[in-house]
Amino acid sequence: MRPLAHSRARHLRRRFTNGVALVLSVLATVFGLVFLVWIVWTTFSRGLEALNLDLFTQMTPPPNEAGGLLNAFFGSAVISALAIAIGTPIGIGAGIWLAEYARGSRLGNTVRFVNDILLSAPSIVLGLFIYALVVLPMGHFSAFAGAIALALVALPVIVRTTDEMLQLVPGQMREAALSLGIPQWKVTMQILFRAARPGIVTGILLALARISGETAPLLFTAYNNQFWSTNLMEPMANVPMVIYQYALSPFASWNALAWAGALIVMLFVLTLSLLARAILLRQRMPAND
Amino acid sequence: MNPIPRSLRLLALSFMFMLAACQPSDQDGGTADAVPEDGIARSITGAGASFVYPVMAKWSSDYRTSSGRQVNYQSVGSGGGIAQIKAGTVDFGSSDAPLSSEDLLASGLAQFPSVIGGVVPVVNIDGITPGALRLTGPVLADVFLGKITRWNDAALVELNPDLALPDQAITVVHRADGSGTTFNFANYLAKVSADWKAGPGEGTAVRWPTGIGGKGNEGVAAYVQQVKGSIGYVEFSYAKQNAMSHVALRNAAGNFVEPTSESFAAAAESADWQNTADFDLVLTDAPGADAWPIAATNFVLVHRSPKDASRGAATRAFFEWIYANGDAEAAALDYVPLPDALVTRIQEYWQATLDN
Amino acid sequence: MSAAAPATSSPARLAAVARRERRDIRLDRLFRTVLTAAGLLVLALLLGAALSMLWGGRETLATFGLDFFFTADWDVGARRFGALVPIYGTLVSATIALLIAVPVSFGIAVFLTELAPGWLRTPVGTAIELLAGIPSIIYGMWGLFVLAPILGQHVYPKINDTLGQLPLIGLLFHGPPLGIGMLTAGLVLAIMVIPFIASVMREVFLTVPSRLKESAYALGSTTWEVVWDVVLPYTRSAVIGGVFLGLGRALGETMAVTFVIGNAYALSAALLEPGSSIASTIANEFAEAVDPLHRSSLLALGFVLFLLTFVVLALARLMLYRLKRKEGL
Repeated sequence: MRPLAHSRARHLRRRFTNGVALVLSVLATVFGLVFLVWIVWTTFSRGLEALNLDLFTQMTPPPNEAGGLLNAFFGSAVISALAIAIGTPIGIGAGIWLAEYARGSRLGNTVRFVNDILLSAPSIVLGLFIYALVVLPMGHFSAFAGAIALALVALPVIVRTTDEMLQLVPGQMREAALSLGIPQWKVTMQILFRAARPGIVTGILLALARISGETAPLLFTAYNNQFWSTNLMEPMANVPMVIYQYALSPFASWNALAWAGALIVMLFVLTLSLLARAILLRQRMPAND
Repeated sequence: MNPIPRSLRLLALSFMFMLAACQPSDQDGGTADAVPEDGIARSITGAGASFVYPVMAKWSSDYRTSSGRQVNYQSVGSGGGIAQIKAGTVDFGSSDAPLSSEDLLASGLAQFPSVIGGVVPVVNIDGITPGALRLTGPVLADVFLGKITRWNDAALVELNPDLALPDQAITVVHRADGSGTTFNFANYLAKVSADWKAGPGEGTAVRWPTGIGGKGNEGVAAYVQQVKGSIGYVEFSYAKQNAMSHVALRNAAGNFVEPTSESFAAAAESADWQNTADFDLVLTDAPGADAWPIAATNFVLVHRSPKDASRGAATRAFFEWIYANGDAEAAALDYVPLPDALVTRIQEYWQATLDN
Repeated sequence: MSAAAPATSSPARLAAVARRERRDIRLDRLFRTVLTAAGLLVLALLLGAALSMLWGGRETLATFGLDFFFTADWDVGARRFGALVPIYGTLVSATIALLIAVPVSFGIAVFLTELAPGWLRTPVGTAIELLAGIPSIIYGMWGLFVLAPILGQHVYPKINDTLGQLPLIGLLFHGPPLGIGMLTAGLVLAIMVIPFIASVMREVFLTVPSRLKESAYALGSTTWEVVWDVVLPYTRSAVIGGVFLGLGRALGETMAVTFVIGNAYALSAALLEPGSSIASTIANEFAEAVDPLHRSSLLALGFVLFLLTFVVLALARLMLYRLKRKEGL
C-alpha cells in the first residue's frame, strides 16, 4: 500500500541518518582522543631522558649538565599560591555580590559581562598590563608581579564559578534563613556559602589549573631565575618559563628537561581537574527537574 | 561560631608557611646593608641578550661553585637589557648591538665585549653537503631580498660550477622575533649590499621582503630542516649542535671560509679594537684573511660609577673571573672566547673608565 | 530570668536586642560595601587593562590614526606600522579553529551523553578534559616539531594538488607545502579549544530533563532526532555561550600559534601560506622593541585584541538575548 511504502522509505532514511550521525560522533571522539594520545606520547618520549628523581631534587643546570627543576617547581608553587591567595578573596567577594546583591541589576549584568571578557582576555595582554602597573614602577621583574598577573588570570574563573554556584542554591534556603531574622551577612557566609562550598572550591582548583600552564603573563613580570630564590621581590624560577627557554635552546639536555617539566605540569593539572570533579560529585546539587 | 570554612583555614595556613619561607634570605644579599667584609656583594643581577644566556648560565654556575657569589642573568633581550641598566635596576646589561660613545657618556655607562659568536646561513637542498654551497655577501643579500628565487639561478651556478643545483624554489626563513642574531645578519647584508641597506636596512627586527619567520633560533632551524629548498640563518651553536648544512661565504679578503671556531677567532683578532673607543665595533665583514664574515660580539654594559660600590666590584670580579677561567666552557658551548690581546685592552679600559 | 514569663517586657532585654539589631545592620552594610567593592574592582581591572593598552598605544594612534587598522605594512626599520595582517591572521585562524572544533565537540558531547556505555563515559570524558590541561607551549612545540612535518610532507601537497586546482576554493587551498601556516595554526587551535566547548556542551546536555527525551523516544524518535530536535534546542543558549567562550580563547592564544603560523607579514587568501596573529606579534617583538613607536604599536595591537574579544562576546550576548525574546522568555 502506498502510504506504508512511503513511510517505510522515510523510516529507513531516518535510521540511516541516525546511523551516520552516530558514527560521526564516534569518529569525532576518536579524533580528539588520537590527538591527546599523540601529544602526551610526544611529551613523554621526549622528556623521558630527564624523568628521574633528579628532576625533583636538583636545580636548573647549565647546558649539557645533569640537573632538575626543583627551583622551578618551588617558584611555581609560591607564585601560584600567592596568585590564588590574592585572587580568591576578591573573586569570591565579587561572586557573592553578583549572586546575592546584583543578580538582576544593570550594574550586575555589566560586571558579569566584563568578567567574561576578562575570562577570555589573552593572558599576554594581562601580563603587559601588570608590566606597566607593577614592573615599571618597581624597576625590575619580581615574583610578586608575576603573582599579581596570574591572579588577574585566575580572578574571572573564581568569580564565575562562585556566582553560578551561589545561584544554584535554592531560594527556599535563603528565604527560610531570612525569615528567621538572621542578618544577610550571616545568611550568606554561614548558610549559602556552606551549601555552595564544593562548587566554590572547585572554582579555585580550576583557577589554579588554569594558571599552572600560563607562560605569557610571566614573560613580562616574574621572568625566571636559574638559582634557588625565595625573595618575592626578585625574579623567581617557574616551570612555564623554564620550559619556554629550554625548549628553544639547541642543547639536548635542556630540551629533555623542558619536555619533562611539561609532562609534570600536565599531570598536575589533570590531578586538579579530577579532584575538582570528585568534590563536585560528592555533594551534587539537586537538579531542577 | 566560626564562619570560615575549614578548607579555607587549611589553605591559609599552608600559604602562611610558604610565605614565611620566602623572606629574603641573607644568601642573596639583596638588601643594601648586607655588605660583606671583602667589599664585594654576594649576589648581582644582569639582563640582556638571549644569545649569551647558555654561556652565562654555565659561567655563573661555575662562578658560584668557585667563589660562592651568585650572578643571576635574565635573557630579556638586548632592548630590555639596555633599558634596565640605564634605569639602574640591574648591575650589568648585555646587548648584541653596541651603543655609541655619545649614548654611553650620556647614560654614564661603560661598554666592553664578553664573548664572540656568529651567524651561519644554513640550507636544506638535496645532495648538497655541509660547506659545499658557496655564496658571496651580495648574492646572499639578493636571495633574502627575493631577487634570486630559484636554486639554479645563474648567479648561484656561477659560484658553484661543480654542484648540481636543482630547479627548485628558494624558501627564505628568517626570524619572527627581534634578536641580536638578526641584527648582526642584517648589519652584514647592509655592509655588502647597497640594495639591502636601502631596503630592509639594519636592526634587531627588519621588514623581510620575503620568506617565513621562525620563533627563535630553534624555530628557524626547525623550518629549515623541514622545508626542502630553504635557506635560513642561525647562531653558530645551533648550526653545530643540530649538525645543519652550513654554507661557505666569501669574506672581505676574498677567500671562501666555513664557520668554525678558528674563523670566528680570526674575525675577532683582525678587527681594529685598539682604535675603537668603547669597543663600538660590529664584527661583521671583518678584514682578516681567514675571518668568518658574520661574526658577532656580545657587549656588556656597566655603570662607570655604580651607586653601590660593592655591587660594582662584584660585577667586575665576575668578568675578571670569566676572562681568566671561562674560555673552556665557552668553547664547549660553541662560543668563541675573546683573544688575549682583546682581554688586555679591556682591562686597560676598565682602569681608565671605571671608578673601582 | 523566669523561664515562663515572656522576655519582651524586660528593658534590659529590649536594649540588648536593639543593640544586636543595630550591630547586624552595621555589619550588613559593611558586608555589602566590601562585596560591592570587590565587584567593582573586577570592573576596574578590566577597564584598567584595556585603558593601559590604549594609553600605551596613543603615540601610534596619534601618528597613524585609523589607518593603523587598515594598513598591511609592518616595517620596524622604517617605523611604519599597520595592523591589518595580524588582525586578519587572528580572525582567520580563530575561524578555522571554530569550524573544526564546533562539529567535533558536538560529536564528542553526543557520544559522551547518548552513546557511550556507562563505564566508558568517565574515562573518555576525563581524557578529553586532559587536552585542556596541556600547557599551550607544548601545543606549539608539538605542532612545530611533530605535526607540521607530517602535514607538510604528506597532507598539504595532496591538498594543493586536488582542492588547490578547483576554480574558486582553489584560491584557499594552494600554496607551498611548508607544513606551517594559517591552516596548521587553525588546526592546533581547534584541538586546544575542543575540550572547552565539548565539556560545556556535555554538561549542558546532561541538564535536559529526561522526561523530555523519553517522550520523544516514546514517539519513536531515533537517538539522533532526539539530540537534534530536543536536546539541542533546549540547550541552545548555553551551547552558543560555550562556543563563543571557545572563540574568545582562540583569539587570544599566544604560544601555540606563534610556533606554527609562520610569522610572515603578508596578506594572503591561501590558507597554506604563513601569516601572523596579534598575540604572536606581541610575544615575538615586545622584548626587543627599543623604539618607542614600536612599543606603542605593540600595545595598540593589544588593545585591538581586547576590542575583538569584546565585540565577539557582545555579539554572543546579543544573539542569546534575541533567542530568549523569540522564545518568549
